[in-house]
Amino acid sequence: MNTRLSFLLDGAEVPFTPGQSVIQAALAAGRYIPHLCYHPEFTPHGSCKLCTVRADGRPAAACTLPARAGLQVDSETEELRALRRTLVQMLFAEGNHFCPSCEKSGNCVLQSLGYDLEVHTAGFRHFFLDRPVDASHPDILLDFNRCVLCRLCVRASEEVDGKGVFYLGGRGVQRRLLVSSESGRLADTDIAVTDKAVEVCPVGVILRKHVGFAVPIGRRRYDVKPLRERALEDAPRGEEGTHG
Amino acid sequence: MAERRLRVATASLAGCFGCHMSLLDMDARLLELLPHIEFDRSPFTDIKQLSPCDLGLIEGGVCNAENVEVLLEYRRKCRILVAVGACAITGGLPAQRNHLDIGACLQEVYLTEPGTTHGLIPNDPELPLPLDKVYPIQEVVRVDYFLPGCPPPAEAFWRLLSDLVAGRTPHLPRELIRYD
Repeated sequence: MNTRLSFLLDGAEVPFTPGQSVIQAALAAGRYIPHLCYHPEFTPHGSCKLCTVRADGRPAAACTLPARAGLQVDSETEELRALRRTLVQMLFAEGNHFCPSCEKSGNCVLQSLGYDLEVHTAGFRHFFLDRPVDASHPDILLDFNRCVLCRLCVRASEEVDGKGVFYLGGRGVQRRLLVSSESGRLADTDIAVTDKAVEVCPVGVILRKHVGFAVPIGRRRYDVKPLRERALEDAPRGEEGTHG
Repeated sequence: MAERRLRVATASLAGCFGCHMSLLDMDARLLELLPHIEFDRSPFTDIKQLSPCDLGLIEGGVCNAENVEVLLEYRRKCRILVAVGACAITGGLPAQRNHLDIGACLQEVYLTEPGTTHGLIPNDPELPLPLDKVYPIQEVVRVDYFLPGCPPPAEAFWRLLSDLVAGRTPHLPRELIRYD
């Protein structure tokens, strides 16, 4: 059975099954490509551009790029690292990402991406957003000032919870996360604290109340292990995908 | 010829001195550094006049007119300027007032709420005027290096200072980059 399909990622062979995206095949093979809006359980969104690679020389989002036999993919290059760093810096400048005051610190994907990409400063003028928080729900707090528009909660609520609690509205710089109840308040939706949409937020927008500092800073998810290790642990592995 | 020591100045603008405490937290390794560095203007020395320095470490963001003046002087006189800690780099905790109007803030604190000022917004000419917002220092002057963290770990200060003493470009390893 030597018909296994594969492409090259940074010069090393990565096997794939037809229908897999480049990032799916890479993660299944134990190869990390940085990403933020991609999540193995949901339809890819392709918006954050963190997973941008060069495929046969052309830039493409690895989460929406179908794997193809013989494709030459470059990911760990200084050019792409610089691009990813700038994307993360822009996100930090755009939202209110003041880690010392955020309950998500240590569990935050954006923060951990910053660490991995050696981001020391936002590098752009901070927006200092002023969006009211929504504390109406007894178990869940929404701080819209930290939203990175990854659409993960929207997808989780639609695809897994079957509720459609969240949506993105507005255009361009006005684009933002909204709650789909008539009042616009979270309390008036049927969201539950156990919903996938609550769990999946990569930053500090959707926060469970009453558990803020139950796990102290320094012992949290990405304090203990860096993002790239966690991403590989979380990636689904078929038997096709387990070879490095 | 005796080695010329690295001349270091430090300042805390709108900060809490936690970053300065963290620098001291390198404990006994300070003794290793001291033959190679000397402090100029700094809360450590209480020297009031800034001389030309090799390195300026700035803690805290820029929240008032005095902060601007101090920061500009440090930039002019320090060959290398480093933003130290979350407040210098992001505005930090003081910048959490940035979505409020400064006039409304003063009104609330000194006029609306009960206090000791007898319904007067302080206006002594010696008091520096607050700015409309709290600014990260790199939004006011050029900054050469950044030590993130609240505060940056003592090890990060050690790396920065020992790299500069050795004449190396400072490099912060991945495990010393923390924002919280």
